[in-house]
Amino acid sequence: MSHSPILIIIIPLISSFFVPLIGWRKKNLCYPLVVLALFISSILSLYIMGSVITHGSIYYRLGGWEPPWGIEYRIDYLNGFMAVIVSFISFLVAIYSRRSGEQELPDRIVHFYCIFLLLVTGLLGMVVTGDMFNLYVFLEIASLAAYALIAIGEDGALMGSFNYLIMGTIGACFYLLGVGYLYIVTGSLNMNDLSQILPGLYHSRVVRTAFALFIVGLALKMGLFPLHTWLPDAYTHAPSAVSALLASVMSKVSVYIMIRIMFTVFNPYFSIELIPITTMLSWTAGIAILFGEIMAIVQPDLKRMLAYSSVAQIGYIVLGIGLANTMGLTGSLLHVLNHALTKGCLFLGAGAITYRRGTRDIRQLGYLHVEMPFTMAAFTIAALSMIGIPPTCGFFSKYYLILGAIDARQWIWVIILLLSSLLNAIFFFRVIENAYFKPLGVIHESSYDRGEQEEANEVPLGMLIPILALAAAIILTGIFSGKIISTIIQFAIPEGI
Amino acid sequence: MIEYIISKYNYWIYIVLMMIGFYAMISKRNLMKKLIGMTIFQTAIILFYISIGVKRDATIPIVPEHSHEAIKALEYVNPLPHVLMLTAIVVMVSTSGVALALLIMIYKRYKTIEEDEILKLRQEAGA
Repeated sequence: MSHSPILIIIIPLISSFFVPLIGWRKKNLCYPLVVLALFISSILSLYIMGSVITHGSIYYRLGGWEPPWGIEYRIDYLNGFMAVIVSFISFLVAIYSRRSGEQELPDRIVHFYCIFLLLVTGLLGMVVTGDMFNLYVFLEIASLAAYALIAIGEDGALMGSFNYLIMGTIGACFYLLGVGYLYIVTGSLNMNDLSQILPGLYHSRVVRTAFALFIVGLALKMGLFPLHTWLPDAYTHAPSAVSALLASVMSKVSVYIMIRIMFTVFNPYFSIELIPITTMLSWTAGIAILFGEIMAIVQPDLKRMLAYSSVAQIGYIVLGIGLANTMGLTGSLLHVLNHALTKGCLFLGAGAITYRRGTRDIRQLGYLHVEMPFTMAAFTIAALSMIGIPPTCGFFSKYYLILGAIDARQWIWVIILLLSSLLNAIFFFRVIENAYFKPLGVIHESSYDRGEQEEANEVPLGMLIPILALAAAIILTGIFSGKIISTIIQFAIPEGI
Repeated sequence: MIEYIISKYNYWIYIVLMMIGFYAMISKRNLMKKLIGMTIFQTAIILFYISIGVKRDATIPIVPEHSHEAIKALEYVNPLPHVLMLTAIVVMVSTSGVALALLIMIYKRYKTIEEDEILKLRQEAGA
């Protein structure tokens, strides 16, 4: 088990090569292989998290090479926590993807699974690696897989994918340039090594330029407000399983890298005191929250509404980073988990609604509580979590963010956070009202006569179970959020804040 | 000033190339031109990395077998940035591959690769 840090990456990677080989002869065997691979990855990531909690950080040397020269995988509380989130959400999404994939991309399911596993490989690799350049390679693996996965979606996905490709490449290239700038002055690519060399060079202009390049590149990758333009199109038109994975996990991994670079590679003194980056981040985040939610209110398309809501939620997380105090970062990290669960549940729910209804127009969702009682119940729980109603988990991360804003004596963020809850309530209640309290829409009355029979027509069990599991996780995380903070998150917060 | 520019000319070229590519990526409306811009942008970064490994009058970093002399780092170019670029070139080739595949599919679907025309077609289809 000493090789578990590399195994969580290798298993999905190797399986992704076997998927097309097996799918060539027997299509049905692909799905069990994908689920099995991701299941093993999730169990291993849990094991790693457990051993980090009991024995402290894990250092794994790839191929036995010493750290500054070889690649080192270094897992502490922060990325152990991220690895658990990434592997479990992708496991649940993989379970879900069989039935939705059958309907959305019947003849391309083998390719879908192959690229899906590559995407998970890239994401897990970005999380566990301790090497700047290795991170770039995994970032590109994940991004390339994401471009391809978005492109196999419905009509319109092609343009969304191409725009994402252009923007994503700019982001990744900025990151690569930043790595190069740091290499010029330090001669090292290892994060831990860099964190020891850099403090002497904080006044160098090269180092500051590198920092700026990192922040801009990663903001592009996560879809932070002025750089979010690729995000709504990509999330809206991708297959529903892919939207769920991208929205809940991929953007969070970029957030994780930003935290890593700001507070581990550079130390908090640099990121907070020497340059005004935290102020800039909190202002852009504040605007992102309001902009994303106002845009979400006017969208008639359910998935596009969720995509704009994602822009706002990234704002929440970055706001916590921008506050840069213990409470704010606790809220931020808790929101990484909460938003991954909540947005995953919402996107999977939206996919389930599309699966049965064939439309995502919010105005045509009438009568859904009778037709799909369980899906709608899970969707409502997730919506309540988004709005921030206890005991769902969304309440607690907002609570900590507000405490962080009060700690920092910046009252404007308190106002924005409270206001954003109201805005969230507006657009989620629009969905809930249509689904629960409205009879079937006029448009549907003629073409949709099954509604009168008042019988449930739930999605297949394979799709329902992940949705319900996420909904249950939302409530459980809410109830046990104190426990999560005291065992993991308080240790994940970088020292010196 | 002139001397300052000339002595570091490779870095100036990298900046100029990168800005040309950047301009093409964000302002051109033809998708193929955007893709060409992306390639120029990435190539500029390769030039930058290659430049940081080079030393004047240095040779390839192979130490002769059974050499008893001390190794002088100044006599050898730094191989690491070059090796990094080998990986980055592979990444960039696959990015171009995916982008070209997308362009082919976009052309098949819309019969054009002008962004404005595609947007118009999509608006007409949506209305």
